[in-house]
Amino acid sequence: MTMHDTKIKLSDETERHTLTVLVDNEAGVLARVVGLFSGRGYNIESLTVAEVDPMARTSRITIVTSGTPDVIEQIEAQLRRLVPTHKVTNWTSADTGIEREMALVKVSGTGEKRVEALRMADAFRARPVDTTHSSFVFEITGSPHKIDSFVDLMRPLGLVDVSRTGVAAISRGPEAM
Amino acid sequence: MDKDDTLQQALAAQAAPDAMLGAMNGTMTGAQMVIQALRDQGVTHIFGYPGGAVLPIYDALFQVEGITHVLVRHEQGAVHAAEGYARSTGKPGVVLVTSGPGATNAVTGLTDALMDSIPLVVLTGQVPSHLIGTDAFQECDTVGITRPCTKHNWLVKHVGDLSRVLHEAFQIATTGRPGPVVVDIPKDVQFQTGSYIGPQAVHHRTYKPKTDPDLGAIVRAVEMMAAAKKPVFYTGGGIINSGPEASALLRELVDLTGFPVTSTLMGLGAFPAARPEWLGMLGMHGTWEANHAMHDCDLMICLGARFDDRVTGLVKKFSPDSKKIHLDIDASQINKIVRVDLPIVADATKALREMVRFWKAQKHKVDAPALKEWWQQIDHWRTKKSLGYRNSETIIKPQYAIDRLYALTKHRDVYVTTEVGQHQMWAAQRFHFQEPNRWMTSGGLGTMGYGLPAALGVQMAHPDALVIDIAGEASIQMCMQEMSTALQYDLPVKIFILNNEYMGMVRQWQELLHGKRYSHSYSEALPDFVKLADAFGCVGLRADKPSELDDKIQEMISVRRPVLFDCRVDPTENCYPMIPSGAAHNDMILSPDDGGEISDAGKMLV
Ligand SMILES: Cc1ncc(C[n+]2csc(CCOP(=O)(O)OP(=O)(O)O)c2C)c(N)n1
Ligand SMILES: [Mg+2]
Repeated sequence: MTMHDTKIKLSDETERHTLTVLVDNEAGVLARVVGLFSGRGYNIESLTVAEVDPMARTSRITIVTSGTPDVIEQIEAQLRRLVPTHKVTNWTSADTGIEREMALVKVSGTGEKRVEALRMADAFRARPVDTTHSSFVFEITGSPHKIDSFVDLMRPLGLVDVSRTGVAAISRGPEAM
Repeated sequence: MDKDDTLQQALAAQAAPDAMLGAMNGTMTGAQMVIQALRDQGVTHIFGYPGGAVLPIYDALFQVEGITHVLVRHEQGAVHAAEGYARSTGKPGVVLVTSGPGATNAVTGLTDALMDSIPLVVLTGQVPSHLIGTDAFQECDTVGITRPCTKHNWLVKHVGDLSRVLHEAFQIATTGRPGPVVVDIPKDVQFQTGSYIGPQAVHHRTYKPKTDPDLGAIVRAVEMMAAAKKPVFYTGGGIINSGPEASALLRELVDLTGFPVTSTLMGLGAFPAARPEWLGMLGMHGTWEANHAMHDCDLMICLGARFDDRVTGLVKKFSPDSKKIHLDIDASQINKIVRVDLPIVADATKALREMVRFWKAQKHKVDAPALKEWWQQIDHWRTKKSLGYRNSETIIKPQYAIDRLYALTKHRDVYVTTEVGQHQMWAAQRFHFQEPNRWMTSGGLGTMGYGLPAALGVQMAHPDALVIDIAGEASIQMCMQEMSTALQYDLPVKIFILNNEYMGMVRQWQELLHGKRYSHSYSEALPDFVKLADAFGCVGLRADKPSELDDKIQEMISVRRPVLFDCRVDPTENCYPMIPSGAAHNDMILSPDDGGEISDAGKMLV
């Protein structure tokens, strides 16, 4: 699945973009990134962060944001300006990325609804990771859009709780970001 | 004194030989490392205020020579003084303050320096590591509080990191787009011993600002300049920050092209006000000719400026028909407010050098007939005499006061700082600067209280110069306490108050926008400034009438002591010309009779 799923025109001017920032994993670096978004009034729709190279002490932060093309350009420039930033990639503009999100979705119910939930899960390749007589927890991976659809389908079937990881993104082909 | 249980470490540190100071590398305490790093960075002056969490550094400072510490009266004053020092010398300003209130008092100055891109290294003490997070006495989250108002900041948790961080701090503050940085040092780290490394050994992993221009862009820029029929140079603080060579190159480029030049508040002095190509300042209180040239030009060459709202007015109507070249060292400034046709991300000196070189090498010529017509148009705008005012025999007009101050000081080695308000704008309009680094004003943040401490920093760096703070009676009361610092260090700064008994700029807006309801803008219960000067051990002077102004100014200049000059001016005067908020460059008002209906949208703006 490519970025086309996420480059959704939210309105005439607003677009959704997925950005990855590779940063030095120093104290406070996440606060710098998050503070930049809140301080300048940018949106964060999801944010994922983890150290990816303990030897090089680098962390990878993937942010789904939305704004006009001008604002997206500013966000990238402002992220590049942060001192601990190694690199910034906009997967949506570059159109070379693969994006995945994982979610844990809890559904409770019995009878027909329960059967229906399991059937849907199967169609979405969501896997039950916890099962009781009256509930399931499904693990589902895919584009944020796919997870949205799955969650929507589960709603009338007894949706209780959703936990989403936010988006992880990586480039296609042999190169690093 | 602050409670901490580092006495053991203190005793150990005292027993250790401090002969290490002076060595490039070696084992020393964190406090000694701070002093050693300052020396290795060529620091000769620091501005500060002691407290429990920085006592080890003050102790190390006590034992060395060659670093002058200026004890201010409020940490805000320390930061502004360091800003004045930095802006008048091109060197970084250094500040040392304690934890908690020392750090929070520094926040206004840090924000000021961030907005105006002034290189500062601010060292703050912090409670000992093991107390961090416990709401300890005089603990505050200094890195958290200062993160959005610094270019970068650090909390140093291990003495082994300290010297590297200090050298990185200087590198980041002074290179690329300059700015303030904070290094927060817990007290235990100041006592611990570790090995010191010199500046040469430090290479930042990620911070590598781009300073060399793309030559393709330079070639295109000079081609666009050669083809222009109605060009204008719009220059800013970036030219000053880049160093005096950038100002020299700008002059050379104007020699080659004969293009008109205007500047932001921050850029005054980069181009000499005495030259015929000078249009005066642009923007909200800029000249008629500068703003009209910006509006009507076909090529705008923006050099080290950032399309601030005080400059652009209504962005939608900003210079609608021009092609725009934008040179800035900070890529995030490109296309931030105004879309440009040709961005050049580079240091101004390097880019201007290449522009001059390519202009010459490619033997470019300007479009002389078109340029002649353009100048005729500009000369026509100039006949508006938009800085004109009606003088008086009986009352001192603030414009007249600045004119006389300028006339009587211009042949001297003079530096001017300001507070914020009408007086600041009158100073910018009427005190004509010929050289860079002579004009220190709070542009981006507009900080009342900036001028006096900034003047002290300037005077510290230039002991024999004439340093004048052009002030308002309201602003000066915000950092007034620094007069005491002036006396202590024998800094003969001149505080020239345009005393209109109002927060004049606030009153002006209330007159224009709020039906003359002067809500809380009258400066009531003013001190007797002459007596106040006396109480501070400084010299107080007062002028009430235009006839006595010159003599009093002469007296102010001739005493080699700090002077507080209470210049009583017309309380009703407004600062014109003015682009009302929400209006375009060619929609200026020149006087109160000029109508100037301000739209509801305009009233929403600041
Ligand atoms: C710290 C701070 N508080 C408030 C303001 C808002 N403000 C801008 S100008 C001004 C009035 C300044 O009065 P004064 O110093 O007398 O100067 P004048 O305009 O009369 O020349 C005020 C309150 C500010 N710029 N800075
Ligand atoms: Mg006033």
